[in-house]
Amino acid sequence: MKILYFAWVRERTGVAEEEIALPEGVRDVAALVEHLAGRSPGHAAAFENRRTIRAAVNQDFATPDTPVAPGDEVAFFPPVTGG
Amino acid sequence: MAPRILVQEAPFDAAAEAARLTEGRTDVGALASFTGLCRADDGLRAMVLEHYPGMTERALTRIAEEAMARWPLSACTVIHRHGRIAPGEPIVLVLTASAHRAAALESCAFLMDWLKTKAPFWKREELAEGGSRWVEARTADEDAASRW
Repeated sequence: MKILYFAWVRERTGVAEEEIALPEGVRDVAALVEHLAGRSPGHAAAFENRRTIRAAVNQDFATPDTPVAPGDEVAFFPPVTGG
Repeated sequence: MAPRILVQEAPFDAAAEAARLTEGRTDVGALASFTGLCRADDGLRAMVLEHYPGMTERALTRIAEEAMARWPLSACTVIHRHGRIAPGEPIVLVLTASAHRAAALESCAFLMDWLKTKAPFWKREELAEGGSRWVEARTADEDAASRW
């Protein structure tokens, strides 16, 4: 599956985009965050405070209990500040 | 009529965009317009906007379609810039056209409130003394968006 990072989440992970194999047992956004946080110290720093992270699954805003499946595009980013 | 949604780096021409919505029409009695500009707060040198290509257009279209479903609009335009924007330059343009002013004004305010909290853009401020910082989301914006 494709994982995307934006703004300071991208700066902390050190990558804008990565391709990962969805581990068995990871079925929602919350479990995916747990998994990704273990990838590197940068990822751990990015996901340090879970409440400051927002997510989108297949380009729709998601919540921690939104399901994820192989082939999905999942993005992580801070609360939006456009307009 | 489908909303006109543009996500671009280049500046936009607000007057030309407004003219597009009324040209050749006699049913538009009200045209509301909002332009958001980059302010030079606290020694800000420039604003850099990052976005999520693909999702941004999708989110803006969804918000504009919501406005068109809630108010009787004859046309609606949303243009949002990304990239580096200098103080004094425009960032965002919202235009709404309707037969009467209440629908045009209310939907214009609604669009701004929702796109501040429901469109994937992130602002980074470049400071005059060097360095930069990410703009933090404001609870006031969340409150404004939830009143609709």
